[in-house]
Amino acid sequence: MELIKNISEIRELFPALKQSVNGKDLVYFDNGATAQKPISVIELINKMNSGLNGNIHRAVHELSARSTELYEEARSEIQTFLNAKEREEIVFTSGTTASINLVANSFCQKFLNKGDAIIITEAEHHSNIVPWQMACERSGAELRVLPVDDKGVWKLEKLPEILGSKVKIISVAHISNVLGIINPIKDLIGIAHKKGIPVLIDGAQGIVHTRVDVQELDCDFYVFSGHKIYGPTGTGVLYGKREILDKMPPWMGGGDMVGTVSFEKTTYAELPLKFEAGTPNFIGAAAFGEAVRFVQTIDNEFLKNHEDEMVNYLLEKLATIEGLKLYGLAPNKIPLFSFTVEGVHPTDLAMLMDKMGIALRSGQMCSEPLMTKYGVTGMLRASLAMYNTLEEAEYFIEYLRRSVKMLS
Amino acid sequence: MTIKESEQEIVEEFSTFTDWLDKYEYLIELGKSLPIISDNGRQESNLIKGCQSRVWLAADYKDDKVYFTADSDAIITKGIISLLIRVFSGRTPKEIAEADLGFIGEIGLQDNLSPTRANGLVSMIKQIKFYALAFAANK
Repeated sequence: MELIKNISEIRELFPALKQSVNGKDLVYFDNGATAQKPISVIELINKMNSGLNGNIHRAVHELSARSTELYEEARSEIQTFLNAKEREEIVFTSGTTASINLVANSFCQKFLNKGDAIIITEAEHHSNIVPWQMACERSGAELRVLPVDDKGVWKLEKLPEILGSKVKIISVAHISNVLGIINPIKDLIGIAHKKGIPVLIDGAQGIVHTRVDVQELDCDFYVFSGHKIYGPTGTGVLYGKREILDKMPPWMGGGDMVGTVSFEKTTYAELPLKFEAGTPNFIGAAAFGEAVRFVQTIDNEFLKNHEDEMVNYLLEKLATIEGLKLYGLAPNKIPLFSFTVEGVHPTDLAMLMDKMGIALRSGQMCSEPLMTKYGVTGMLRASLAMYNTLEEAEYFIEYLRRSVKMLS
Repeated sequence: MTIKESEQEIVEEFSTFTDWLDKYEYLIELGKSLPIISDNGRQESNLIKGCQSRVWLAADYKDDKVYFTADSDAIITKGIISLLIRVFSGRTPKEIAEADLGFIGEIGLQDNLSPTRANGLVSMIKQIKFYALAFAANK
């Protein structure tokens, strides 16, 4: 099968891109928040809602069987995508946040005790901070924070200082949603494993811009959401090595995660159903599988070159805007740019750009500790995806310049 | 001048603008030129924190009238605030509680006041009304 190597062809597959906003063509640069969906994903959801809809794992009738098939096929699809050893290591959740909460509750319930510690970094999303804070509160454990430097790069040299026998888990982002640089997760995993400490990778952004091979990375957990990788909202994955997932108690209880149930004793199901209580968003999960299939129809090298071209163009042009400060400056940069402009409020900029049809994110990016570190109350962010063009980037730069002028 | 008349004045001013660019430029001008809060007023307890921009609101009660001063670190928000101050400041609690702020919609800025826009303005209007009620109750 011929892989797609053409941006116009890619754009044709995304209905949402054809709209106007405030009378202008939409320039959607907020993909870090959520991505648009290709027609095949939309059509599968409609198809299932219009006919292929029966609750999964429960009945013997035709509709149930076909829905179950699609759900389990999606699980296998994602297993292959991640190169996980077994399909049972793929747990469907409602998103990255739910996945992290699952581990923070289940793993910590069993393994985190008073006086223990959890390590995260200074540059995490609230969803990779708060669940661990809650876990520490519950068990009387301590949260230790690895700092980043001015450029946003992890200060890995500081890790030995906070690493120790009391650390029970480390949880870090593959790529920060603010800084947009690929973190040295393999190095960190190596250091952690020498001390026998498991590592969870928050791959919400990472899954979109890198090829993830969980066996090669050797991470213990890898989590991400469907909606950022062109799949539906309300879907997500927790990948975990079987050895570790088997040791973890269930978190949510209910239907489908049980073996037998009586008022005297209830037993639990095996992986992965042990962690999938209740009726899941099976239509979403099936469509998530389709999104993952879709992503693999695009020529990866072409996409990488295209992203690099956008990164180089935007880095060059953003540097020409007076007073603009970019956060996250390192060689492994993805097309995600968070910045501030001296004397100009990010919200004002975002409002003006919105009038020009340009969708950007402004504010704290759900990363308040990082904002505090840089001494700002908010930033403006442009984050690009596979369907964004150089033309759009040029338009964005032109109007950014004009808006800055208007507000200075 | 009643609140309604004050609102009408603003609507007339804005009717001279034909596109959003002119409206926003005017708001930016208003925002830049208005020294609306004292350093004293710009304090933690007066902060209405929205996750996008910060808004400070201070209120004084004298001779049954409420006087507001306010500020924001976002300039377009500040411009809209200056309009709100023009309408609300120096009014009785009763007048403030009864004001419906229809003029915001009439000048095409209703988007800025929808609760989905996390910009502190909705909170500020709530706070203004709250002050009015509190001052009225303590009379």
